[in-house]
Amino acid sequence: MSGPILALISLAGGVPDRGSLEALSVARGLAVAGDAALEAVLVADAPAARAAVGSLAGSGVTTAIAIEHETLTTDHPDGWAAAIAQLVERRAPDAVVGVGTERGNDLMARVGARLSWPMAANCLTVEPGERWRLTRQRWAGSMIEECWLDAPVRLLTVAPNTVAIPAPDGSAVPAVEPVSVTLVDADLAVHVTSREASERGGISLGDAKVVVGGGRGVGSGEGFSDLEELAGLLGGAVGGSRVVTSAGWRPHADQIGQTGLRIAPDIYIACGISGAIQHIVGCKAAKHILAINTDAEAPIMGVADYAVIGDLHTVVPAISAEIRRRAAVRA
Amino acid sequence: MNILVCVKRVPATGGRIVLTPDGSDIDVRFLGFTVSPHEECAVEEAVRIVEAHGGSSSVLTLGPVAAEEQLRDAMAIGIDRAVLLETDGHDWDPVATAEAIVEAIRAQEAAGDPFDLILFGNESADSGGFQVGIRVAFALHRPCVTGVKALRIGDAGTRTATARREAPGGGWESFEVTLPAVISVKEGINLPRYPSVPGRLRAKKKDIERSTPAERPGGLEKIVLRLPQREATVAEVLGQGADAAPAVVDLLARIGVLGR
Repeated sequence: MSGPILALISLAGGVPDRGSLEALSVARGLAVAGDAALEAVLVADAPAARAAVGSLAGSGVTTAIAIEHETLTTDHPDGWAAAIAQLVERRAPDAVVGVGTERGNDLMARVGARLSWPMAANCLTVEPGERWRLTRQRWAGSMIEECWLDAPVRLLTVAPNTVAIPAPDGSAVPAVEPVSVTLVDADLAVHVTSREASERGGISLGDAKVVVGGGRGVGSGEGFSDLEELAGLLGGAVGGSRVVTSAGWRPHADQIGQTGLRIAPDIYIACGISGAIQHIVGCKAAKHILAINTDAEAPIMGVADYAVIGDLHTVVPAISAEIRRRAAVRA
Repeated sequence: MNILVCVKRVPATGGRIVLTPDGSDIDVRFLGFTVSPHEECAVEEAVRIVEAHGGSSSVLTLGPVAAEEQLRDAMAIGIDRAVLLETDGHDWDPVATAEAIVEAIRAQEAAGDPFDLILFGNESADSGGFQVGIRVAFALHRPCVTGVKALRIGDAGTRTATARREAPGGGWESFEVTLPAVISVKEGINLPRYPSVPGRLRAKKKDIERSTPAERPGGLEKIVLRLPQREATVAEVLGQGADAAPAVVDLLARIGVLGR
């Protein structure tokens, strides 16, 4: 029997976020393969962790570890790294699996730094064995690296939006095990000191079910009003390619792509976007992609499920008008 | 302010990536080289901070002799000096890279002024390890904030900086850190300037400090690269121009995003 597999679970709205469930899915595969226990570490304050345990029923987790520390909140990246490093020393796991988001990679890198062990970010598959063989994303997912990970405990994160989440099985709600950790002042020095709401209201680009994206073809900042209108009618959000944010047509926070956001909406409507690799890696996790472009040969057509050939400034207002017309008929 | 920026030479891949026949690397025969957009912004940020607060800036890279090009690019927009940690050109793993950078920083600081600020790009464009800056910070016992899109140096004498980044789910979160600190920046923190011709000429003449670090095995070892298998999708054309609108709205209704 080998050491347990630890899965780091972060919460959103009181329940595990999607990325954490993907990490848990990979961790579970490792636990089954190694006949090992699957333990969840809830990256949340202790009361929130206890409240969230019910949502781990059916996930094969035997124990949910709630870290108890009066000062530690999720705003303390080094504090969490110190806590997880202490857990690793106590429980001698075979692997610690987290999510490959900005925050998840930051945390696992801090754990790796403390333990002086390697860390593999944005993994796709993990094969345990004499040596552990991984595949992981490079170039934000436009390339795959096969690699060896040699370490006493394998620290890895799972690339978001790449793993199917299994249906719940009959496993019970895991037992909560409170664990106390000892943190020194230096562990808590780096922490969030203030927060600001987004300058703009509305649904965030990362959470939107519908994203309307604009590229060079939009032509100007003002040109985005057609896209805003369509996104508004669909309860969605507007984003853009790197060209658009570098030109100042949209704020950088709206960039979809390798150096911006990765999105996974139900549908991504790409308007006047040719489809550079740097952009594609940010939108390819969308369930459906509709490209609106004057050029039927644009690279975006190679990843789009649907296409409309034409000028976005004609097509997009026509779509908005048709949505309005049908809504009026229904009313 | 004494500032160090760390960058990595990577191929400028553009539209389509081609691998060498054995899959060991990218075929770079027809490619130029650059640093990641995050690192371009880190270089620009260092130059701006020195312009505003005085002091000096340095750029450091671990890579082949050819990475001189990226060091000179940084000096062309105003970085004062450059350090090359020379390798034979194969990719070092993040642990080995961080160790070599830490040793170089210790040597630099022993010989001159300590760095108030060490800047990295949030992640390298190619290997995307998301960790070298964090490892360097931990080894040097300095605070580290990643993903930073705004950086404000505190008033003279306070020895602090405020680093702001996007919060998960929207909005912003800020960290006040004491200097010296390590900050990983993201594109969007500034808009990097283009180098001037005199800047390029000056950079061409500058000395580059060189050393050849020893590589320690890091634990993450590349076997082979491959391109993801993408089902070659053929987009279903819903129509031409405005006439396609009804078909598009039918599609939106079918996938359940209409009328919420």
